[in-house]
Amino acid sequence: MLKKLVKWARVKSPWILHFNTGACNACDIEILAALTPRFDLERFGVQLKATPRHADVILCSGPVTKQAKDRLTRIYEQMPEPKFVVAVGTCAISGGVFDGCYNVEGGIDSTIPVAAYIPGCPASPEAIIDGVVKLLERIDQPEHFQEARPVYIGEGESK
Amino acid sequence: MSQIKIPIGPQHPALHEPESFNLILEGETIVDAEVKLGYNHRGIEKACESRNYIQDIYLIERVCGICSHSHSTCFVQAVEEIAGVEVPLRANYIRTIIGELERIHSHLLWLGVAGHEVGFETLFMYSWRDREIIMDILALISGNRVNYAINTIGGVRRDITSEEVAQILANLQTLTERTEFYLKLVNDEPTFMGRLFGVGKLSKDMAISMGAVGPMARGSGVSRDIRQDDPYGVYSQIGFKIVTDDHADVLGRVIVRVNELLESYRMLRVLAENLPEGPIAVKVPRKIPAGEAIARYEAPRGEDIHYVRSNGTEMPERVKVRAPTLANLASIREMLRGGYLADFPIVVAALDPCFSCTDRAIRLVDGKNDHVIDWRQLREYSIGWHKQRGVELSKIGC
Repeated sequence: MLKKLVKWARVKSPWILHFNTGACNACDIEILAALTPRFDLERFGVQLKATPRHADVILCSGPVTKQAKDRLTRIYEQMPEPKFVVAVGTCAISGGVFDGCYNVEGGIDSTIPVAAYIPGCPASPEAIIDGVVKLLERIDQPEHFQEARPVYIGEGESK
Repeated sequence: MSQIKIPIGPQHPALHEPESFNLILEGETIVDAEVKLGYNHRGIEKACESRNYIQDIYLIERVCGICSHSHSTCFVQAVEEIAGVEVPLRANYIRTIIGELERIHSHLLWLGVAGHEVGFETLFMYSWRDREIIMDILALISGNRVNYAINTIGGVRRDITSEEVAQILANLQTLTERTEFYLKLVNDEPTFMGRLFGVGKLSKDMAISMGAVGPMARGSGVSRDIRQDDPYGVYSQIGFKIVTDDHADVLGRVIVRVNELLESYRMLRVLAENLPEGPIAVKVPRKIPAGEAIARYEAPRGEDIHYVRSNGTEMPERVKVRAPTLANLASIREMLRGGYLADFPIVVAALDPCFSCTDRAIRLVDGKNDHVIDWRQLREYSIGWHKQRGVELSKIGC
């Protein structure tokens, strides 16, 4: 019963954390724009939180730089289970235009497991909303959160 | 009183980018501050050397997502100077229109962030709602909300139609009314003024000696603007006035930015009404002749400098980016010192920091004593290193 309640609360009001791992700010301002009146992600119960210890979902933008890598791992470890990582933007998916740069490790999945990928350079607020909503639907379905398969959003729904 | 060291960042609610500060406190008062950067360093300058000029424009835009047009314009200005290309007047007008739209979107974004940092969430939501009008215009003109990709070497890639001009002019009226409301708010609202007045003091002399640029310098009464000091594009033809303020604190910087918004609307109106006919780009060969150039550009945050050196091939030999935030960072210690810990977020936000722009330089630490080496020393070091291994490189030109 309690388990059901917790799951209901998680799906109806996920708390998100935003972390920039080396992005150019474009995806970051689009994430913020998604929270402001025009797009208003908050109508899905999504709330931006300041600390990883309160967050269910972490929105990561940008390629993982060598210096930010340890911090990203640390922040991920601080989040309570179950936790979901959303990679926002092309750089977060694969390293994008910075792939191959000497200080770039690659996409977010080079460091931590990713649950949803949102493409775009930068990902538009509509795409971010779509991605988060699809992730929420996916969280709603499986019985074991750990087994939640990655959700791919965008062309053809697969990668 | 004993001193406490408080680390802030890289992930912190008050900071939107990964950067780290160490604040040394005596009670509530900040005694000193250390800035630690580099979380955003991706190695763009090096990556530019392995791509051709057209690809570099795409890459340079991603130096910073907020002032992407500033960086790409600055870069193409430098390349055009080396290649000796004259950009058509219409292309220059379009570049300037996008540049001013970008300044408006950046300043509105900043106003919202400043409101957020002082706990004035309504202002954050209001100004971001108004910012969407500008984002719509940018999407209409360039096809993308954030990275406009309008520049190419020798001109611009997309033309502006007369319907788009009409759209811009129609929206400017709404924005002007909204901004006048913000100006009234900044000048009259006692809670907002009380929170910002006297916070993050930076005197005029200090601003000059610390080399502050952009609204930071203008908020301290220094009349410094590249659009006036070293005009590029069409700024010398359209005429504008530099907005300065003598408050020399965060309030001054807010007033400067809000007034700059009004000035930008006025300039946009002039630009849109006088848009000349003609071609939008000239053809430039892929190979740029050998040479070097420095270009300066007044980005929303201040003076942006790009240095490009070419060697006659289709790829640049060296690209150097000096972003405005780097110039402003020197004064951050000065502004924080003597202030309260609670003022830290707004003082840093008043800088309008962009650390993805800033994280360019690299600092070598050799374990015992750290030192910074310049290009010439690095070259000599590399020659010596290869010599030890029996390879003679000193004959190769720098």
